[in-house]
Amino acid sequence: MSDRSNMIYFYDGSFDGLMCCIFESVYRNERPAAIREQNDGQESLFEARTVETDESRAQRVKDAIKDKISKNALNFVKKAFLTCLEDKELLIFDFLRDGFKRGWLSMNDITGRYMQPLYTAVRALDNEAELLKGFVRFSDLGGVLVSVIEPKNYVLPLLMGHFCARFHDESIMIYDKTHHMVLLGQNGQGKIAYLDEFTPAEADARELEMRRMWKHFYDAIAIKERYNPRCRMGHMPKRYWANMTEFWEERCAPAEVEQGGRFAIAD
Amino acid sequence: MTTDEKLQILTDAAKYDVACTSSGVTRGGKKGSIGSASPAGCCHSFAADGRCVTLLKVLMSNACSYECAYCVNRRSNDVPRATFSPRELADLTIEFYRRNYIEGLFVSSAVIGNADYTTERMIECLRILREEYRFRGYIHAKAIPGTDEALLTRLGYLADRMSVNIELPSENSLKLLAPDKTKTAILSPMGQLKEQIKENREDLVLYRSTPSFVPAGQSTQMIIGATPETDFQILNLAEGLYKKYDLKRVFFSAYIPVVEGRNLPSLLTKPPLLREHRLYQADWLLRFYGFRASELLDEEHQSFNPYVDPKCTWALNHPDFFPVEINRADYEALLRVPGIGVKSAQRIIVARRVGSLDFEDMKKLGVVMKRAQFFITCRGRTLEGLSLRREYVMRSLMSVDTAKQLEMPEMEQLSLFNGEEYTKCLTGQI
Ligand code: SF4
Repeated sequence: MSDRSNMIYFYDGSFDGLMCCIFESVYRNERPAAIREQNDGQESLFEARTVETDESRAQRVKDAIKDKISKNALNFVKKAFLTCLEDKELLIFDFLRDGFKRGWLSMNDITGRYMQPLYTAVRALDNEAELLKGFVRFSDLGGVLVSVIEPKNYVLPLLMGHFCARFHDESIMIYDKTHHMVLLGQNGQGKIAYLDEFTPAEADARELEMRRMWKHFYDAIAIKERYNPRCRMGHMPKRYWANMTEFWEERCAPAEVEQGGRFAIAD
Repeated sequence: MTTDEKLQILTDAAKYDVACTSSGVTRGGKKGSIGSASPAGCCHSFAADGRCVTLLKVLMSNACSYECAYCVNRRSNDVPRATFSPRELADLTIEFYRRNYIEGLFVSSAVIGNADYTTERMIECLRILREEYRFRGYIHAKAIPGTDEALLTRLGYLADRMSVNIELPSENSLKLLAPDKTKTAILSPMGQLKEQIKENREDLVLYRSTPSFVPAGQSTQMIIGATPETDFQILNLAEGLYKKYDLKRVFFSAYIPVVEGRNLPSLLTKPPLLREHRLYQADWLLRFYGFRASELLDEEHQSFNPYVDPKCTWALNHPDFFPVEINRADYEALLRVPGIGVKSAQRIIVARRVGSLDFEDMKKLGVVMKRAQFFITCRGRTLEGLSLRREYVMRSLMSVDTAKQLEMPEMEQLSLFNGEEYTKCLTGQI
């Protein structure tokens, strides 16, 4: 395999697109210096190769992963692709090229140079998705349960099954502000779509009452003799607080809302 | 009184209850109903005291006709009283659940008149949730000692988990501080639940359509530090309860003085949080690490070491067991090494199939080398330049903050419990 240190692959940003990059590299027997989403038109010293996404080629790569490494390996790289790991494309690329040679062993090699960075990133992704299963806060806005999140990783695909099943008969919407994606759920089915921008509607009196009661519950449940902010922060990093209703001061009650302005975050 | 006002009073009255987990039952979502439950449980928030908020934890009522000395809700105490109607609490649970505030309901109650009447109201609330709302989320219900067996059974078919609080670690203490409760009144519902759970599991194997009875099992809790029992006595009691009643969890609650009483520690007593923490660590060792209570404490050593956790204490007392060779030791032996937990032990087993492991791999596998270094070898070698001077070892086994405080003798020993250990409190995770 020739190391093409001056070659960049461009793909459409989809998982199948990345699979086609693998196909391309095997076919040409080369390793690009980087794999990036769509040519952003910037002048570059690198030679560029735009890889078209082709479903049947992607499928052949996926089958090869299952055959030559393992079924788990395919699930694993799908997850790795959802992480916020920098240069994840090339890391996945290297992991797979190594895996094609070594087989299932490469999946167990969690301290190895190819596996380790992906393993750590996937753990962080799983962890964030688990946290958000708890930290997502819905507002009942005209009968639709609406939530906004700002995750580091692209967690919506991991949240879909959980929320759609749990709230089977409800209409739900979770907006991922970081990645501009939205999860829509109804009748136990979910779909994920691109959505550039989203501002939730104003809450009605009943919704505000629920938020207020939840906040009162949250404040009352803490034992003051055991006050322990470090412990709280360790379990619930502050970056999640902005979207959790128990930390909203002003939007809780109608009277308070009239004072206007954005909500504040309590310490 | 508005629901909001009741909620505040009845949350405040329930907050000292420890258990707030939602684990142990799997139930998917379903058309025509709301909710699901997963075996690992889920934290929806963390309160200002660092405790996980999973369930809507409230009392049905705090208007108690009993007189337990340590309790805010006791009859003679002058506090505002409130009582939810069963429907009011069911509606509130659903509204909170829909907004993903909670994983379900944890309902307990002061004794309204008598045990049976109280339980009937809890049953009605759970019935509304399960039958009218077709709620599939998690429900933990407290059994009130002295409740009629048939009522308890009914409650058990509606709840996922039940608990009977053992309250205090010995019969004497119970007599002294909770005169309306007796050891038998507490242990008999525990025994009944155990038997019925066992029968139900057998029936479930035979007939799949059998409704399940307390599928997440039963738990209990006791107050630590209001009475003179030692760590040794408490840990043995916990181990006994796990064995005898198949309990899923035993919770400990550091005594916080809320009322004055002749037989109680003074109102100025600080809650023994470090003790509670050590007990949770030891409990963790019993449940997941294959330790027995008698390995951790004995007649001569009745209290835990305040400076290092029970696992480190055991390791220091058993030099013959170490060093453990990372590339060969079995899972159980790996688990005994300070700094190696359940997850890192599992990762070691996986990773060493690929090739033999060395010290630089340990950190990547999540091993805390600061502690583990003294107890392991990799490929037959100990870590290069390792000092085995006792003070050095001790210092490394302590949490960062404990060690720091020892260097500043003017600091109060009581404040040992903070920092690194503090952030991990309440789980007992080591
Ligand atoms: S029975 Fe005892 S512990 Fe329970 S609420 Fe009444 S006084 Fe408190």
